[in-house]
Amino acid sequence: MTLAAVRPRLNPKVRLRFDRRTGRHLLLYPETGLELNDTATAIARLCTGEKTIDDMVDHLTGTYADASPGEIRRAVHEFLGVLADRGLLQGAT
Amino acid sequence: MNNEHRPYTLIAELTYRCPLHCPYCSNPLDFAEHGNEIDADTWLRVFHEAEELGVVQLNLTGGEPLLRDDLELLVEGARKLDLYTNLITSGIPLTSQRLSRLRALGLDSVQISIQSTRRSVADRIAGAPSFNRKLDAMRWATSLEIPLTVNVVLHRENISEIEELIALAECVSADRLELANTQYLGWALKNRAALLPTREQIERARTVAAEAKARLRGSMEVLFVTPDYYTDHPKSCMEGWGRRFIVVNPEGLALPCHLAHTIPGLRFEHVTQRRLSDIWHHSAGFNRFRGNEWLPDPCRTCERRVLDFGGCRCQAFHLSGDAGMPDPACSLAPGHDVIESARTQADRTAGIPVLFEYRTGRGRSSR
Ligand code: SF4
Ligand code: SF4
Repeated sequence: MTLAAVRPRLNPKVRLRFDRRTGRHLLLYPETGLELNDTATAIARLCTGEKTIDDMVDHLTGTYADASPGEIRRAVHEFLGVLADRGLLQGAT
Repeated sequence: MNNEHRPYTLIAELTYRCPLHCPYCSNPLDFAEHGNEIDADTWLRVFHEAEELGVVQLNLTGGEPLLRDDLELLVEGARKLDLYTNLITSGIPLTSQRLSRLRALGLDSVQISIQSTRRSVADRIAGAPSFNRKLDAMRWATSLEIPLTVNVVLHRENISEIEELIALAECVSADRLELANTQYLGWALKNRAALLPTREQIERARTVAAEAKARLRGSMEVLFVTPDYYTDHPKSCMEGWGRRFIVVNPEGLALPCHLAHTIPGLRFEHVTQRRLSDIWHHSAGFNRFRGNEWLPDPCRTCERRVLDFGGCRCQAFHLSGDAGMPDPACSLAPGHDVIESARTQADRTAGIPVLFEYRTGRGRSSR
């Protein structure tokens, strides 16, 4: 299985929720949660099990015109790493 | 908006009643003498007020929350508020039908405790036959695809089973395993001589848990909580007094932690008498140990105060007689010798079984 073929999907235990108090999104799971910035929220939303990492980068490059594809790719890898480390991802191929 | 004192989690202690009798139960010693349980409507209002205050996580606990036959109503109400709802249970009494119904109503995750991997030991520690029913409950959770946390309270009678406990959690496909050493308060403090492991036992368990954590990364989260009797620094109890957590007890008393009402001289208020946000922001009990002004020496000038807030107030009171002292678990605290002598006693009595004093008493219901 190569990384290019992985289609990340959020673990079903995770819930994304808007936080009125901070105007940011929270990724909630048992006992705790992560506060996401806008980029992380956008990436989390793309973790539906349908898109490959390349698809995600393409999609975000369209949305965030001021960031280069290289920067976006790095951000995606980094955030997916954070999620995977915490067991918050399921990789469908 | 200021997030320094923002509660993220509401711990709803729905009842002090429980079919088990664990000798380390975190309920107060006099739980049976407390008033009547608040009803579902009051709880739903509390959930609503908590959510407005910033709460996003809800722990439904007890005692045994399954003994409330209005639990379904509460789970449904919590989901409407978009709270992440965890059921913290012994798994008894439960059927797969009820668990499935709770899931359908919006339950997000379930935490089931187990006392040992050996039936006879487990049933003896729980003070009631329960082992098989707990395993059933864990399997139902997994087959219903409800994220499952297996929780084990570690002490000298089960800490040597650490490998088997990890294997059991893997076998039921748990999503998380909480290996939490006993907190020596309440019933556990009463039973400390029978429960406190030796440093050697702790070190061994910690090593095994760390290996499992690395091996299972990404599939099962393994959490090992070292007892503060062996860390030389206190825990940041509840992440700071009145900072991240609200506990509401069965009779509706709003508290900064499970046992705050066992500290004499503090005034806490009932959710039936005042709005939760008023209690949170303005009650004397919640404000008593907030911020830095109350800090004693040597915490006042210690760098670690931003990490541990001077430790646990209940432990300070129950071990030193003064809730305003540094937590004796700290090696710099004046009362630290009580921790040292408990450790010495644990070494001296290693391998010698000490009898438990089981949690007893009925606890009152609303009905
Ligand atoms: S610790 Fe044991 S006795 Fe106490 S509430 Fe939990 S299951 Fe019941
Ligand atoms: S002196 Fe106070 S702040 Fe410093 S480690 Fe000990 S309890 Fe914590």
